[in-house]
Amino acid sequence: MAVDEGLKIELGKQGVFVTTIEELYNWGRRSSIWPMQFGLACCAIEMIATTMARYDLARFGAEVFRPSPRQADMMIISGTVTKKMAPQVVRLYNQMAEPKYVIAMGACAISGGPFKQGYNVLKGIDRYIPVDVHIPGCPPRPEALLQAFMTLQKKIDAQHLTGAGRPRHLDAEAQGEFPVPVQGEHDLEPASNPGIWTVPVVIR
Amino acid sequence: MKTVEEIKAAIEAAVPGAGVEIVPNPSASAQHSLRLNPAHAVAIAKFLRDDAELALDFLSNVTGVDWPDKEIAEKVKVTRTVTRTVDGVEQTIEETVEETRTRVEPGCLEAVYHLFSVAKKHGPVVLRMRTVNRSTQLELPSVTPIWRSAEFQEREIFDLYGIVFAGHPDLRRLLMWDGFKDHPMRRDYVEPDDFEYEPTAHDEVLARAAAHRAEHSGQEAAAGQERTGGQ
Repeated sequence: MAVDEGLKIELGKQGVFVTTIEELYNWGRRSSIWPMQFGLACCAIEMIATTMARYDLARFGAEVFRPSPRQADMMIISGTVTKKMAPQVVRLYNQMAEPKYVIAMGACAISGGPFKQGYNVLKGIDRYIPVDVHIPGCPPRPEALLQAFMTLQKKIDAQHLTGAGRPRHLDAEAQGEFPVPVQGEHDLEPASNPGIWTVPVVIR
Repeated sequence: MKTVEEIKAAIEAAVPGAGVEIVPNPSASAQHSLRLNPAHAVAIAKFLRDDAELALDFLSNVTGVDWPDKEIAEKVKVTRTVTRTVDGVEQTIEETVEETRTRVEPGCLEAVYHLFSVAKKHGPVVLRMRTVNRSTQLELPSVTPIWRSAEFQEREIFDLYGIVFAGHPDLRRLLMWDGFKDHPMRRDYVEPDDFEYEPTAHDEVLARAAAHRAEHSGQEAAAGQERTGGQ
């Protein structure tokens, strides 16, 4: 149930603060998203720059990079995911506690980028784990990462706690663990998780 | 620095029966290299490092080269006896015919070493070693005991080309995972078919994507996939 904006302001003038549980809950979730402390390639350098004084990720409540997946709320896939690294990335994601989010940063993380036609690079991490925000760029500038944070915050803010589109951690039926690919004799097996990724439709 | 000819002479004086072969480089750089006999390679390497005049104390680079089996077609003139009827009379004549014969020149794998001297400020000296073939006899001696910097680079060659370095202290794959079976830098390596689509496709990529689609069309139809373009 949404509170009428005019009534809210009027009550505010009288010293009464009115909100909904949903608003309060989402405000709490979006205001301190702690990222996991790991970087995969050159995008990680831009991610480090984003946390420093000039760009100051702390303004968004996301300055605390946690070295343990148990304490992290978000994973920034910052760089090339090789096929050798992909199982470890999926495993780390599985080890994170709900609610958890993923930002795929840069051309490599979203599609394989310049290495797409190579034999050793995963053609996008969204083949194995659900990605909330994709950032294009090679590497994306810190402003782009900040934009991705703001997009993620808007996404969290818009979520309803009940109903069909509710977050995964409030849905008892939802799958929270994703299968870790196995390093086979020639390639990762399976090549993607069909439950979360299908071949995009190319329109020409 | 000594020329390759002088280095060859020095090696052959120091290591009897070394059998060093000069591989000329016809380009402007004229960076000729020395092909070593793998049986004597460790002794030669020791000499190159410890010789007072050469003092090649720094191994800067090790790389691999794949020489695939080469099919060579040659035209050969063959003389043969033919029985033929000429003007109603059966005659036996000798005839020279041109024939195309193909032979397969066996390939090999090659390791290339670039050596410098920090003490004498000279280099590079380029060494090459070849395996017997590229399928069964893949062994070359490791120079890691002489130049420690060869360790990871020889592991990389083992990983990507499949050359087995005898005497290497820790010969494991470096870049690919342990269970991986192929050697991706070989010319006949077949990439895994995990190539579904390409937003900005061009000729070769388009052909690959079409091949993948043809093979996996059944599965994708089951998954409810519909493609509107592609060609």
